[in-house]
Amino acid sequence: MSDSIINLSYNIPANDFTFAGEASSNVKKMLSQLGINPMVIKRAAIAMYEAEINAVIHGGGGIADIQISPEKIFICIKDEGPGIPDVEVAMQEGYSTAPEYIREMGFGAGMGLPNIKRYADELQIDTEVGKGTTVKITININ
Amino acid sequence: MDKYFHSVTLDEGRCRGCTNCIKRCPTEAIRVRKSKARIINERCIDCGECIRICPYHAKKAISDPFESILSYKYRIAIPAPTLYGQFKSNYTRAHILSGLKGLGFNEVYEVARAAEIVSEATRRIIEEENFLRPLISSACPAVVRLIQVRFPNLIGNILKLESPMEVAAKIIKKEIINKNIAQPDDIGVFFITPCAAKVTSVKAPYEKARSAVDGVIAINDIFLKLTNAINSIKPDKSLEQAGFEGIRWASSGGESLALGSDKHLAVDGIHNVITILEEIEKDRLEDVDFVEALACVGGCLGGPLTVENAYVAKTRLKKHIDNAKKGHVAKHIPFDKYEEIIWTSDLKHRPIMKLDEDIAAAMRKLERMEKINMELPGLDCGACGAPSCRALAEDIVRGNADETDCIFKLRSKVRDLAMQMAELEAKMPPVMDRNMTNNEGDDRK
Repeated sequence: MSDSIINLSYNIPANDFTFAGEASSNVKKMLSQLGINPMVIKRAAIAMYEAEINAVIHGGGGIADIQISPEKIFICIKDEGPGIPDVEVAMQEGYSTAPEYIREMGFGAGMGLPNIKRYADELQIDTEVGKGTTVKITININ
Repeated sequence: MDKYFHSVTLDEGRCRGCTNCIKRCPTEAIRVRKSKARIINERCIDCGECIRICPYHAKKAISDPFESILSYKYRIAIPAPTLYGQFKSNYTRAHILSGLKGLGFNEVYEVARAAEIVSEATRRIIEEENFLRPLISSACPAVVRLIQVRFPNLIGNILKLESPMEVAAKIIKKEIINKNIAQPDDIGVFFITPCAAKVTSVKAPYEKARSAVDGVIAINDIFLKLTNAINSIKPDKSLEQAGFEGIRWASSGGESLALGSDKHLAVDGIHNVITILEEIEKDRLEDVDFVEALACVGGCLGGPLTVENAYVAKTRLKKHIDNAKKGHVAKHIPFDKYEEIIWTSDLKHRPIMKLDEDIAAAMRKLERMEKINMELPGLDCGACGAPSCRALAEDIVRGNADETDCIFKLRSKVRDLAMQMAELEAKMPPVMDRNMTNNEGDDRK
């Protein structure tokens, strides 16, 4: 059923807040054109947005690959940044390593990963210090 | 009643088919076809942006003519507080309200007064903490309809209290009936409106089965008559019933300030409203209990059916606010409980963006749409009649447009065709082809 999968790919630029969130807002628009349940769209959009912002702030930019099938939305955000030394700690609400200037812009409140976890049906984080992080989010449509 | 009643309509004779309105519309509800702007009914939210932007005044709002008040024996005017800002500041509210009576209304009741009642009910809802954060004001019907079509996840956040207009109509009707002044059938309540969205609210309400308002008259329709009436009448001070909190509702921020808490956010201008609603949908708006969102820049004072510039009107309104006695503010609700002004029906999401009922079919259309979009020039020129290249791509997959509607696509097709013609023209029939221009040595066998 290769014809019923939509593949999308976006470049996420590093430290560029003018583009931050654009990929997720594009995906959100497409999901509403597919007529997917608004609550599912919300979950996918927020989870992807948070992962995208993480890549902008921490990952030095990256790539977002999205697959949409009638059953699920799969979002893979890959960066080649510093990696996460302790994923368990990073998953705690309010834990943040974002520098002050980013916090002043209203980002980096330590809610990124916890929010992704909250909204994703499946979440997988592959990370290696010095190599980068890949966040894989699955949202079920039904 | 039609499935979609709209107050905003097109004056065909005036429309030149330019692209101003299609590009301004927040729901991409307008296309130009055969040199005329066409409004896609299910998408229009009656915000009135197109009325404001049209340089030829081809967009208009259908409201009731002034003469329609004559079909009722007992006529009541309920003016929006925006009306006060339209007149020079030497006229008091008493002048303006008395002027309305001079025009043939038996009674006037200030919508600003009802706004105070809605504010009090809102304060109680916030005190009871029984709501989804943030609560989004329902004062602007264009914003409510915007949420209905574009932000379905926020339908639950809408403050489901009737608008000050409805509350005013209800109160004054009840009072006239209770005092035995007139029979219910003889009473006509007319809202004096700054905007088209309110007309739609009366003719096709979403919050209940039937509006308590019987007619809607545009401020710009009544303005001249009213100015004349004001100059020939003695002002009756007793008509001034509203306090400053209600009058302030006309301006952006007024409804929020009445709540007496600083956990509020006031946004005006439909495109700014969209930005804030997106923030709310992303869960990014913190520490805000109440969002006041108004479609027009400046709030209702910036309504498309007003006569005075919104900023001038704001200064004038300030004088009325200062003059209004603080003691007048309604701190009690003239209903047993505020439940009486809660909506009796609810909004249903209208997914206007959906490409197809079947998700697999929608996916195929979306893919095709993306492909088409990639090949379009990306100039968003509007010459095809759609607001952007992406919207044209969408129209094509919906079967409402053709790729050659794009003048750049058309040009490249014509160019290809011209090249083909030139190539063909260069070919000679073999019998005449002495110089063997067709195929060197012609090795056809």
